[in-house]
Amino acid sequence: MTPVHYVALSVILFVIGGVGVLVRRNAIVVFMCIELMLNACNLAFVAFASMHGNLDGQVIAFFVMVVAAAEVVVGLAILMAIYRARRSASVDDANLLKW
Amino acid sequence: MTHVLAAGTNTDSIAVESVFWILAVLSVLAALAMILVPRAVHCALMLAVVMLCLATMYAMQGAPFLAFVQIIVYTGAVLMLFLFVLMLIGISSSDSIVETIKGQRLAAGLVSIGLLILLILGIGHAAIGPDTLSKTAAGTDNLSGIATLIFTTYVFPFEVTGALLITAAVGAMVLAHRERATPRPTQRELAARRVASGHLAPDPPPGVYALHDSADRPALLPDGTTSELSVSSALSPRDPAGEPRFVPADETLEITAESGEWEPAPSGRADS
Amino acid sequence: MTTVTASAGHALATTVTTVPATGVLKASWLLLAFPLFGALVLLVGGRRTDRWGHLLGVLMPIASFVYGVIIFFTLLGDAHRSQDQHIYNFIQVGGLQVSQGVLIDQLSISFVLLITGVGSLIHIYSIGYMAHDSDRRRFFGYLNLFIAAMLLLVVSDNYLGLYVGWEGVGLASYLLIGFWQFKPTAAVAAKKAFIVNRVGDFGLTLAIFLMFAEFGTLQFPGVFGSVKAGGSGVATALGLLLLLGACGKSAQVPLQSWLLDAMEGPTPVSALIHAATMVTAGVYLLVRSNPILADSPTARLGITVVGAVTLLWGAIIGCAKDDIKKALAGSTMSQIGYMTLGAGLGPAGYVFAIAHLLAHGFFKAGLFLGAGSVMHGMDDEVNMRKYGGLARVMPVTFATFGLGYLAIIGIPPFSGFYTKDGIIEAAWDKGGTSGAILATCALIGAGLTAFYMTRVMLMTWFGKRRWAEKAHPHESPGVMTWPMILLAVGSVGAGAFLIVGQRFENFLGPVTGVPPASHGFFTVPGGIALVLALAGIGLAWVMYGRVPVPAVAPRGNPAVAAARKDLYGDTFNESVLMRPGQWLTRLSVYFDNRGVDGLVNSLAALVGGTSGRVRRLQTGFVRSYALSMFFGAAVLVALLLAVRL
Repeated sequence: MTPVHYVALSVILFVIGGVGVLVRRNAIVVFMCIELMLNACNLAFVAFASMHGNLDGQVIAFFVMVVAAAEVVVGLAILMAIYRARRSASVDDANLLKW
Repeated sequence: MTHVLAAGTNTDSIAVESVFWILAVLSVLAALAMILVPRAVHCALMLAVVMLCLATMYAMQGAPFLAFVQIIVYTGAVLMLFLFVLMLIGISSSDSIVETIKGQRLAAGLVSIGLLILLILGIGHAAIGPDTLSKTAAGTDNLSGIATLIFTTYVFPFEVTGALLITAAVGAMVLAHRERATPRPTQRELAARRVASGHLAPDPPPGVYALHDSADRPALLPDGTTSELSVSSALSPRDPAGEPRFVPADETLEITAESGEWEPAPSGRADS
Repeated sequence: MTTVTASAGHALATTVTTVPATGVLKASWLLLAFPLFGALVLLVGGRRTDRWGHLLGVLMPIASFVYGVIIFFTLLGDAHRSQDQHIYNFIQVGGLQVSQGVLIDQLSISFVLLITGVGSLIHIYSIGYMAHDSDRRRFFGYLNLFIAAMLLLVVSDNYLGLYVGWEGVGLASYLLIGFWQFKPTAAVAAKKAFIVNRVGDFGLTLAIFLMFAEFGTLQFPGVFGSVKAGGSGVATALGLLLLLGACGKSAQVPLQSWLLDAMEGPTPVSALIHAATMVTAGVYLLVRSNPILADSPTARLGITVVGAVTLLWGAIIGCAKDDIKKALAGSTMSQIGYMTLGAGLGPAGYVFAIAHLLAHGFFKAGLFLGAGSVMHGMDDEVNMRKYGGLARVMPVTFATFGLGYLAIIGIPPFSGFYTKDGIIEAAWDKGGTSGAILATCALIGAGLTAFYMTRVMLMTWFGKRRWAEKAHPHESPGVMTWPMILLAVGSVGAGAFLIVGQRFENFLGPVTGVPPASHGFFTVPGGIALVLALAGIGLAWVMYGRVPVPAVAPRGNPAVAAARKDLYGDTFNESVLMRPGQWLTRLSVYFDNRGVDGLVNSLAALVGGTSGRVRRLQTGFVRSYALSMFFGAAVLVALLLAVRL
């Protein structure tokens, strides 16, 4: 398949992930949707790497994975700390900073 | 956007195409399912499906190293980390379908459709050329190529990412650490608490005195009622009322020769 | 050394050369310094100077008077009768060079002697009159301030210095009318005087501006030398503007409304300022500016009209007033109308105008001091219906008042006869329709003057006693009676002294021009005036002498009602000027509150309301923020595509 198809798929997955972030209330599910968006970006990178014929895209995708892993670790640790304090994992419950 | 077959790509294009389409549809459906199902564990499983599909696609595009890293690290480690945390805090919570913020769903839908259209337009007009995997240097495989790039061109980001990982690990440790407000209770104190609570014996394990020993079967108390304490709160107890049970002889039913219906047996013994 | 030529086309064409001062006159700034020093010490020194303040206050004008007399006799012996002592360069800015000096010539020295002489007598009188007032020291401070400002007015050698003095006397008048600040009527009267004066001052200001614009200088020699070159249009404008200024200061129609209210001030103030000196400043201005008026028949006509109208106006008002001071104030207005009429008649009238001014200073001050003496004895009662039969009780006051009365109504050989008849004859000699009308007005005025003054005399000094219960009238102490006696001497002899033998004509002539023809004692207008005066006396006797004076003022006919209301002068001012002004301010306030404030407030409300609405965006929900971020990203992508496509 041409890279265009892969990029198109990546776009669709990215948008779906975005919708998930906006719609879901469970913090962990929101996190997972963000992971989906990152994965979609990885797919695009790899597609572009195959388009250009060099491996730079793949290397960048690799780094994205590493950073995503680190981010997940810290994010989930924060979520656990919030859960312990407030007994709730819903993103809507953290709404004190408002008018 | 012409389809040009170049050397080095998979020559069996029909197979590749069909695999791509299957995987593409599968991943999109899984992604949609991920954002739509209410229970968090199902979401995680759907994400795993998407990741595996993507790994395959990486492989199809001549990035085997990345494919394996995706499976091992991303799906195997990161997603499992998600599941661990879910077990810790989110397993029993399921989102209600009702949306609390007015117009959020509508706005999200509109904006996402808009973004989708824009991006499709963008890539439609982009000059995305065909596969040119043949341009990789002869004699090197994917892994060596990536290694070379990481340790030469991208060595600085590599080092920085290393530092990032260390920071993330330390940060996670700090955040997950629970400072004890009170000293750790000794065995003696735990025992004393137990006695004071009045609940001395451990909870009954599921399925005691029951015909079946599945984890969701509640235990029967001496007076015949079910014990709620015997089933983990993550599971819903199965109602034993509709299940076949031990029947005394005088209550068994057998098919008589005359009517062909089940009728109380003339004799007491049940058939095995 | 500059030269001023008296206007050609009139009888005399003498030249007056102003030379720098020599000898005794070199210290002529002392004239101003004495009273100014007194004012400074008394006003700045405050309560510390209370015990001896009045003595210092009296000493200063006397010092100025003594010095003025020395200057006068020096001047008489000197060939150069116009001497200028330069004091300092006031303004030196490119196009405008104003140097302040003291100009001693015949006109200014006459005024100096009047101001300091009559002023000193009134100061001495005030020691007694204000003896019971705790603020006596402040009173003397203000009086000295007034003397200083008035002297500055008459001895300045440029219009700007004159203006400074002009404003100074206005200030002093305000302070003195409102001296008893706790009285609301006094405060209001002071404010009214100041505001009406300000309208007149506007005229003088514009005249000064015009002088600068046309002639480039404000010094008297410069202006008078250039006025011919300026053309009659400029001269007419200047003349009319100066007339406006004079109307304000001298209480001529249409700016006359403040004079009767000014009687709220203590009686010495009324005597000094609103009879003898300040109200005559307008006449001084016109006479001093005679070279300007010489070039403008229109301005002169305007001046005569104003003078004629005012002399009748004041006389009619004076006929109906029961307040002795207000009756005398109406008389003042009328007599200054005579002076203004004289000033408008050109060189024929200037001399008589000034002579009448000097004589009027004596007898009007004497009349006012007499009224003050009566009030002092009658416990500050001013209503003449509560007087009556005081002649026996206060003989000295009666005598001096009576001499002043004879002087003012023009009975020969007292002062008024000579000076007032001079004006009437000058008007008569003018000829033509205007001359006839003016002379008729002046004659009618003479008759009215006799009527109302006789009325005052009869109601106050003769007839039955209509006193209040507690009244015990007594003669005033010596400190009050001696000034009155000295003024009475002036009332008797000043007119004859000045007019007989053309003494004053010859003295003042070089400055103002000399009347073309001199008449004998008895002329036709003079005779008519005398007859009318006697008729007025007779009528007053019929109305007030033969018949007992009612205790309560009777209703009277519409003419009397109008006269009691100052011929509706206040009503006119209020309805035509004050009320529209009030509506204008109210409208402005309304617009300011609704419009300007509304604009500003609505702007603030807009900002506040908008922020109140906009802050609802901060819902606190992460998902809303994520939505806006997503939307922003979509916008960015759209922009990028739009640029590229």
